[in-house]
Amino acid sequence: MSTSKFGEYGGQYVPEALMPAVEELADAYERYVRGNEDGFMDEFRRRLRDFGGRPTPLQHAEQLSARYDSEVYLKREDLLHGGAHKLNNALGQVLLAKYMGKERIVAETGAGQHGTATAMAAAHLGMPCEVYMGERDINRQRPNVFRMRLNGTEVNPVTVGRGTLKEAINETMRDWATNVEDTHYVIGSVVGPHPFPRMVRDFQSVISEEAREQVKEQAGGLPDSVVACAGGGSNTMGAFHEFVDDADVDLYAVEAGGSSLDVDEEAGVAPNSASLSTGDEGVLHGARTKLLQDTDGQVMESHSVSSGLDYAGVGPELAHLVDEERVTPVNVGDDAALEAFHRLSQEEGIIPALETAHAFAFAHEHPEQLGDVTVINVSGRGDKDLESVIEESAERDLAAAPDMDAFAGDGL
Amino acid sequence: MSRIDEAFADGPAFIPYLAVGDPDYESSKAYVEALARGGADVIELGLPFSEPVAEGPTIQGAVTRALDAGMTPDRYFEFVEELDVDVPLVCMTYYNLIYQYGSEEGPRPFVERAAEAGIEGFVVPDLPAEEADPLREACDDHGLDLVFIVAPTTEGERLERIMAQVSGYVYVQARLGVTGARDDVSGQTDEALARLEAWDVPKAVGFGIKTGEHAERIVAGGADGIIVGSALVDIVAAGHETDRPVDEVATDLEAKARELAEGAAAGYEQRVPEPEHT
Repeated sequence: MSTSKFGEYGGQYVPEALMPAVEELADAYERYVRGNEDGFMDEFRRRLRDFGGRPTPLQHAEQLSARYDSEVYLKREDLLHGGAHKLNNALGQVLLAKYMGKERIVAETGAGQHGTATAMAAAHLGMPCEVYMGERDINRQRPNVFRMRLNGTEVNPVTVGRGTLKEAINETMRDWATNVEDTHYVIGSVVGPHPFPRMVRDFQSVISEEAREQVKEQAGGLPDSVVACAGGGSNTMGAFHEFVDDADVDLYAVEAGGSSLDVDEEAGVAPNSASLSTGDEGVLHGARTKLLQDTDGQVMESHSVSSGLDYAGVGPELAHLVDEERVTPVNVGDDAALEAFHRLSQEEGIIPALETAHAFAFAHEHPEQLGDVTVINVSGRGDKDLESVIEESAERDLAAAPDMDAFAGDGL
Repeated sequence: MSRIDEAFADGPAFIPYLAVGDPDYESSKAYVEALARGGADVIELGLPFSEPVAEGPTIQGAVTRALDAGMTPDRYFEFVEELDVDVPLVCMTYYNLIYQYGSEEGPRPFVERAAEAGIEGFVVPDLPAEEADPLREACDDHGLDLVFIVAPTTEGERLERIMAQVSGYVYVQARLGVTGARDDVSGQTDEALARLEAWDVPKAVGFGIKTGEHAERIVAGGADGIIVGSALVDIVAAGHETDRPVDEVATDLEAKARELAEGAAAGYEQRVPEPEHT
């Protein structure tokens, strides 16, 4: 029987109107996901294979291996249908909603990857879907907005606050509280009230399940380290879960250091999204976890060049594993992530999501921590980020970037 | 008998809500005092939190204005101490602010400071009964009430769990969704009141009550009190947007409070026939 807590973290801190829905979901999680009732997990795995394209490859990266003096293996979640690990969870939850007899799906999205994955899963399984997305993120991630709408999903702009993921989650919780009887909220990461953090982790742990077998086969043993970027933490927990009991495997959660690790308490703004590295324990969006907050407990606005990491909280299980010193939280800044984005694109032929670029930036800055064999999770592909990468790179002096002044084909 | 219990002793309780510090500290004080003059029996004072997930757009707007004007937990307690009202005050806020307050971890320092300032109870919308033990214990030690919300979806074992924890009054959520004034009053209210009939704690209905007529109908239907937030916050917001003088807005709030209190009283008359004179 699973509990709702990870040490002191987790729990269920939601309005009373949502508690019965959360309890109903916890019951469904135990029966269908953990108990495989009615063959739920069999169907999930079949659909992940046939619709999603699993298993994804574990690719040996020759050039990175030579550069870092470590055998570097890339877990290619960018090759999953939709271009990111997000489909693992979205497909699992939409299918579960169907098993539970729900009739409508709502979801929030930051970078748009989770919204896109949910829209695809909902279309695939014939469920109506609405996605809430901050206005600022809509402007930063237009291709994903188009994709969601093409899949038949309604995209609702959220204009309050700074118009990013935090506000989109609030708005989705309000919709859920209003329509809870027939609606399932497909939360996008290992965050929120129990059972979401465990359930999303279980759906995502297919990443480490495959990677563990693949690396044993290809490298002849377990890796010395696994590296994954961490915003809310779903690809992180997915990449780590099956290695948590392997004490010799170092697990690095790479957060967005943004432009600085300092905070402007007066303005209520953190110029980073590094809640594992710099946050304090508190309660946000249904769970006790580490979050960016001022001394009064007001939640701060976070920042990252990557909208997929731009969130003031993090999954409670990750917070717990950091306290237990099983996971090492590290962070890299916006500039380093953009550098890594360009470098990987040019040197490996992989255009990574800006989220993923943070993991590569860490490997670049600290190759000595990778050990002899490392697995880096390529959480998603970077097509969605092209507009912001072009804009952000033009404002910076990046050694790895092409000439941004004549970029968009001008003068060719 | 706590002061909140007393407020329900002689007829229905009218419980207005305002976000403290909306749109600024001094105006907000005048507005809360106007509610007391208008007949409030208990006042719920919102301590603004940056992520008010249970609130609709009206109260979210109030919270944002108050935060922008510099409201903090310490300023809130000063506000409570300075208020010139003689009705019990209930602090309505979210758990993170309670949990974070003071140097010691947990809800105790917040409860201590609240009790010292004159708060007599709490409503914490994101703290279900399952997670409430630490706050419940701190409240018990200081003689404060802990109010819980019962939603239209709350049934079975959950009702038992809440009944074991609640004191002061139970906040009956009249319909699903978030806070906000409505033009009708949901039939979910009657069902909720029926489910709670055996509870030995006053039942105050909130969510969507806008007029004296609503108040009358709900109290006539068996409620021991009504809770009104958004309809009052709307008056504050309109005054702020049109730059009206504070005393004019306060007069409107007082009149609205009186309408709601009188509506509740009229509903009570219908429910409890006058004793026959011999």
